[in-house]
Amino acid sequence: MLKDVTLGQFLPGDSPVHRLDPRAKILLLIAVIVFIFITGNYASLALVAVFVFAVILSTKISLKMYLKSMKMILFIVLFTGLINLFYGRGEPIFELGFIKITEAGINNAIFVSIRIALLILASSVLTFTTSPTDLTDAIERLLKPLTVFHIKVHEVAMMMTIALRFVPTLLEETDKIMSAQKARGADMDSGNLIKRVKALIPVLIPLFVSAFRRAIDLATAMECRCYRGGNGRTRMKTLHYGKIDLCASIICLLLLTGVILCNIFLPATVR
Amino acid sequence: MEDFIKVENVSFQYVSEADDEPLTAVNVLKNISLNIKKGEFIALLGHNGCGKSTMAKLLNAMLFPQQGRVLVNGIDTADEDKRYDIRKTVGLVLQNPDNQLVASIVEEDVAFGPENLGIDPKEIRIRVDEALKAVDMYEYRAHAPFKLSGGQKQRVAIAGIIAMQPQCLVLDEPTAMLDPKGRDEVMATIKKLNKEKGITIVLITHYMEEAVQADRVVVMDDGAVLVQGEPHEVFSQVELLKRHRLDVPQATELIYRLQGRGLLGEKAPKYMPLDSDECVSLIDKILKKQ
Repeated sequence: MLKDVTLGQFLPGDSPVHRLDPRAKILLLIAVIVFIFITGNYASLALVAVFVFAVILSTKISLKMYLKSMKMILFIVLFTGLINLFYGRGEPIFELGFIKITEAGINNAIFVSIRIALLILASSVLTFTTSPTDLTDAIERLLKPLTVFHIKVHEVAMMMTIALRFVPTLLEETDKIMSAQKARGADMDSGNLIKRVKALIPVLIPLFVSAFRRAIDLATAMECRCYRGGNGRTRMKTLHYGKIDLCASIICLLLLTGVILCNIFLPATVR
Repeated sequence: MEDFIKVENVSFQYVSEADDEPLTAVNVLKNISLNIKKGEFIALLGHNGCGKSTMAKLLNAMLFPQQGRVLVNGIDTADEDKRYDIRKTVGLVLQNPDNQLVASIVEEDVAFGPENLGIDPKEIRIRVDEALKAVDMYEYRAHAPFKLSGGQKQRVAIAGIIAMQPQCLVLDEPTAMLDPKGRDEVMATIKKLNKEKGITIVLITHYMEEAVQADRVVVMDDGAVLVQGEPHEVFSQVELLKRHRLDVPQATELIYRLQGRGLLGEKAPKYMPLDSDECVSLIDKILKKQ
């Protein structure tokens, strides 16, 4: 049952977005997130929204998947929207006791909701189209300059890679231990919450012991393969910043120009 | 042929470091010597705790002898500057395939060793492809290791070592956790690497059926070499092996028992049979004589 858990949400494919350099994807996502937050009126917001939807369509991943990722945070979107509804300045257009709703409040609510929704959708594009390995790899390369400040970027990335590698292995192990404990009469599916949490202890202890044993083995195996940290290490897969990445960057730059022009020439709805 | 690895009068002891107990030292290896020739296929036998795994780790500079020395290609393994040269010359494959794989994609895992050696990316690509082809796992290069069978995982682990282009492969019970099919796959791979690439093999195993396939069998007991030689020579000394609680191949066992009952005539055969074919032909010969 635990085997069905998928880590990350990578959906393999062959769209232009899939083929982008993972570094470029991360940087462009950050850029788009910034664009989402500098939009000042409906026109510029619509512009960014159209862009995000165009990217979503170009990934050739079914919209259902994106909706699923939205479902998880629907509550947060609605909640922040609702809160913003009551915090608008100016003439109230609706008043009930201490509740005052202003036009600015309504605008704020709509804006915040759409912004968060776009934020999630844009981030989903990254996690859907990039494998976890590529992601860690890209993060390692992007954060490389931080080594100047004695931050162990390589070590952190290595830990992430190993963690990703061992998730399915340890899940399988958890399954086995649970079956073994059930076979000895452990009851895990009944009782109140506290009882159930307590029932997990006989699963967690063997799991931890085995995880440490695996770690010792893995350390030996890594040393056998001449691992000695990030210094002097090369990589088989080299990342290339290619034409397709340049195109994506130019498109994003155009989007930025569009957003700025809209902000300048049209009246602002939110500040 | 010249000796490739020399183990000279090596002793090794583990000291237990438990807080509440007095320090106890366990002598794992006692003044042991062993020479390994280039291109040889050696099977290292012995029951649990006889020092086989310690021996494996001494051969590739994971452990260092407290007395005596280990020479690989004439280089002392205690030489710290040459440690990584030795580890890439003598590769070590461990028992549990799951705990040896580092990356979540087969080819990236195989690339791990060469990457650590700082080899040029293009060259790594070539080596990874070659190594995967050598263990017949090339078509699985883009798979996730956890979806492979035990035998396949162990072959990927072997490929990960092969990609460093070692001259010698030390395998510490590589088939212990595998099913019969996986065991056959791994054994076929090991023999192929030995025959086709001329890689020296040191196979530590509990399975006599695997040991008989080697050029030379070394039996260890209580930290020393008990007996060594060609499989026929070694396994013909059934009495000696039994005295030290060691197994012999099933075919050997059968003839030994038949002989014990006096069913095979007075004279013992010069060499005991090692597999069923040899066993059949031996019985056939004896029956015809009678």
